[in-house]
Amino acid sequence: MFDNSDVVLHCEKIDKIYPGTKALDGVSFDLLKKKVNVLIGENGAGKSTLMKMIAGIEQPSAGKMYMDGEEVYFKDTNAARAKGIGIIHQELSLFPNMTVYQNIFMGHEKKKGIFLDDKAHLEGAKKILARLEHEISPDTLVGDLRVGQQQMIEIARNLIQDDLRVLIMDEPTSSLSAAEVKVLFKIMRELLEEGISIVYISHRLEEIMEIGDHVTILRDGKYVADADVKDINLSWIVENMVGKNTQYHRFERSIDLAKAEKVLEIKDLSLPKKGGGWLLDNVNMYLKKGEVLGIYGLLGAGRSELFECIMGMHPEHSGEVVFKGKTMKIRSISGQIEDGFALVPEDRQMQGLIQSLDICKNASIASMRKYRSGIFLNNKKEEAAVDAQIEELHIKVSDKHLPILSLSGGNQQKVVISKGLMTQPTVLLLDEPSRGIDIGAKTEVFEIIHELSEKGLSIIVISSELKEIMAIADRIYVLSNGKCTAELAENEINEDTLVRASYAGLGTGAGA
Amino acid sequence: MKEKKVNSNQLLMTILKGRTFIVLIILIVFFSIVKSNFLSASTLTMVAKHVALYGILGLGMTFVITTGGIDLSVGSVVGLIGMLAGGLIQEGLTLSFAGVTLYFSIPVIVILMLITGCLIGAVNGLIVTKLNVAPFIATLGTMYICRGFANLRSGGATFSNISGNEGLGNTGFKILGSNLAGIPTGVYVFAVLAVIGAILLRKVDFGWHVLAVGGNEKSARLSGIKADRVKILVYMISGFCAAWVGMINTAQLSAAHPASGDGWEMNAIAATVLGGTSMAGGSGTIIGTVVGAFVIGVINDGMTMCGVSEFWQKVIRGCVIILAVVIDQTQRNLQAKMALQARNENK
Repeated sequence: MFDNSDVVLHCEKIDKIYPGTKALDGVSFDLLKKKVNVLIGENGAGKSTLMKMIAGIEQPSAGKMYMDGEEVYFKDTNAARAKGIGIIHQELSLFPNMTVYQNIFMGHEKKKGIFLDDKAHLEGAKKILARLEHEISPDTLVGDLRVGQQQMIEIARNLIQDDLRVLIMDEPTSSLSAAEVKVLFKIMRELLEEGISIVYISHRLEEIMEIGDHVTILRDGKYVADADVKDINLSWIVENMVGKNTQYHRFERSIDLAKAEKVLEIKDLSLPKKGGGWLLDNVNMYLKKGEVLGIYGLLGAGRSELFECIMGMHPEHSGEVVFKGKTMKIRSISGQIEDGFALVPEDRQMQGLIQSLDICKNASIASMRKYRSGIFLNNKKEEAAVDAQIEELHIKVSDKHLPILSLSGGNQQKVVISKGLMTQPTVLLLDEPSRGIDIGAKTEVFEIIHELSEKGLSIIVISSELKEIMAIADRIYVLSNGKCTAELAENEINEDTLVRASYAGLGTGAGA
Repeated sequence: MKEKKVNSNQLLMTILKGRTFIVLIILIVFFSIVKSNFLSASTLTMVAKHVALYGILGLGMTFVITTGGIDLSVGSVVGLIGMLAGGLIQEGLTLSFAGVTLYFSIPVIVILMLITGCLIGAVNGLIVTKLNVAPFIATLGTMYICRGFANLRSGGATFSNISGNEGLGNTGFKILGSNLAGIPTGVYVFAVLAVIGAILLRKVDFGWHVLAVGGNEKSARLSGIKADRVKILVYMISGFCAAWVGMINTAQLSAAHPASGDGWEMNAIAATVLGGTSMAGGSGTIIGTVVGAFVIGVINDGMTMCGVSEFWQKVIRGCVIILAVVIDQTQRNLQAKMALQARNENK
């Protein structure tokens, strides 16, 4: 019925209904042959859901899919794989307890008779890893690898399929270094030449302009627009994605930071890496009252470790932390919270939230002691405090006793920020506060950061997105390989200086 | 200097990896010093007889625990299978509608019992996967159910002197409980099942799938592995092993008692954990479990021979299990540290 030689797979009016929401609403999509098909949309726009249909992980509620002019239906991932469709998942789906080669061949084991052919596995794994320019020993346990290396294993798993026709990549670069992204792009181009079609989902718009051929934009589960990459630019993408033309605007400060006092000073902070080397190498920095200080750097530059030292997670660090004019004795996390530090960690699901508790408890858990009457918890006090936060941060909550996971990513993040604020900190540490939330929510988080700093809260923000950090930070330190390579303020802050400084700490040849 | 440290770590690692085996040797040496007749043929035969029972249960348990589950029902299955086998030999199967009583030959009974064990395992697996009940609870339930049926079979009475009848052609059951060339039959069964188990876990794709389901079930599903089927199969393996133990135990005693096997699931779990299988799932070895079963057997029989009271035996067994897990953690930490070191050196 449907036949077009340029289209590998055609989706016709796909609906996907989850209890309570319509994740996909009549989306039609052409997967173009030998092209990088880019899917763009805010979180919750339906990109991953659509890909799950194509990869057979979930099945559409309505609508049809066609390949080679015939209708196809994938009841599970095996059915999709049989048609040559492979997927690299957004979240790593590896087996940390097993070796590299076991992971690569899992589900596609090579056998001699009924027995596994481990020789073939080892050779196959070596070959594929050499191609990916990652010569990891195939019998290493995957749990012992760096996240970037694990991502490469995830990619390798799909490349062993001989009859691969479509490769879906759902945010494959989120944990890769710049060098690794380069290798990945090279491989993607090779795959295209071999006749494989690629679907590429990414939030990094610059990447899309570099590698993409054709862009399709989804918003709220509906198709919005599609175009060839050569015909469009970034602002066209953003405009269609959010529905209006938003750019992060720089916030005007009413506080004169030049006159503000120093709240926090870090002197010669060093943190040894297990087994030699340094995670942090003689870092010096200061933070003023009411300032928004940005920390920029590549993955593994030591940004999160800096926060962890300040929060008391690494008692083995050396150097001095001077807080309000006094040298601190950092002993424990609870001690640091009491002294006026609060951390919003990088990984919201693993470190920021307790999924089994409701919204209210997630917000109040760090400051529970304040809401006591005698030895008992005073629910009224607690709820009043949470309500005040919900109001202040404009958290969209219908009932604060609902499960925390019922909120969108942006609102979950606001709850984590509330949790920090409810301990009444002097210094707020935000580690990638905009990770995994959509552009609308990002803007709101930035506004919150600005408002809090105007009220006199001192804030340090880690971000790996240039535009973001340039918009919100008054001053930026750049970390590279554990060293502080630049301190930039006002006019010195531009993309070029930031990027240069982020590589400055790396010795020659130590890029990966 | 640095080199030396790496070497000492590696030495420690080797010791830690072989710890269960080292403990086993220390125990044997210790008991043979304290009790001069410990190394006699008769003692060792007795120990081996007991080890085979815990060991066979441990083999099945290793598969279940490696997928992240647990099977508490095996002790009761031992009791139930013993009663069913004993009953079939002594009373036959009476089909009241036809008015006949069928007596089966021993090989047929063995096969019937193994099928029954697998079916009980399948029920466990189905409850865990299709009804989504936590393995601990599901198998706790079947543990009581099987024990109940074991008692119901005879109204709580014992089938004694199970020998079969020449005329009915069902003699020979006691072979399972006697010695062949001086070694208990159970030990042969244990050896054969252990070899099959090791092949299943390491050499065929089913083993990978067991490790994968235990390591990361969601990823396993996404990799196209039928996780439910894998889980049902491991409980079936466990039931299969328990059926062997039920028959061997009955044959050894020439009697079937409904309370047999009570608490044996704990010995099986202990042997498995001592052997280095992680309760969290995702890692386990058959050889570890075999050695673990020997440790449990040697401790039990050694202490009994030395006249340690039953009460103290329990205390000591408990301490050994906790110690084993603590050492296991130490090994994991050290392993992680060494991996980090190796990675650093590669840089």
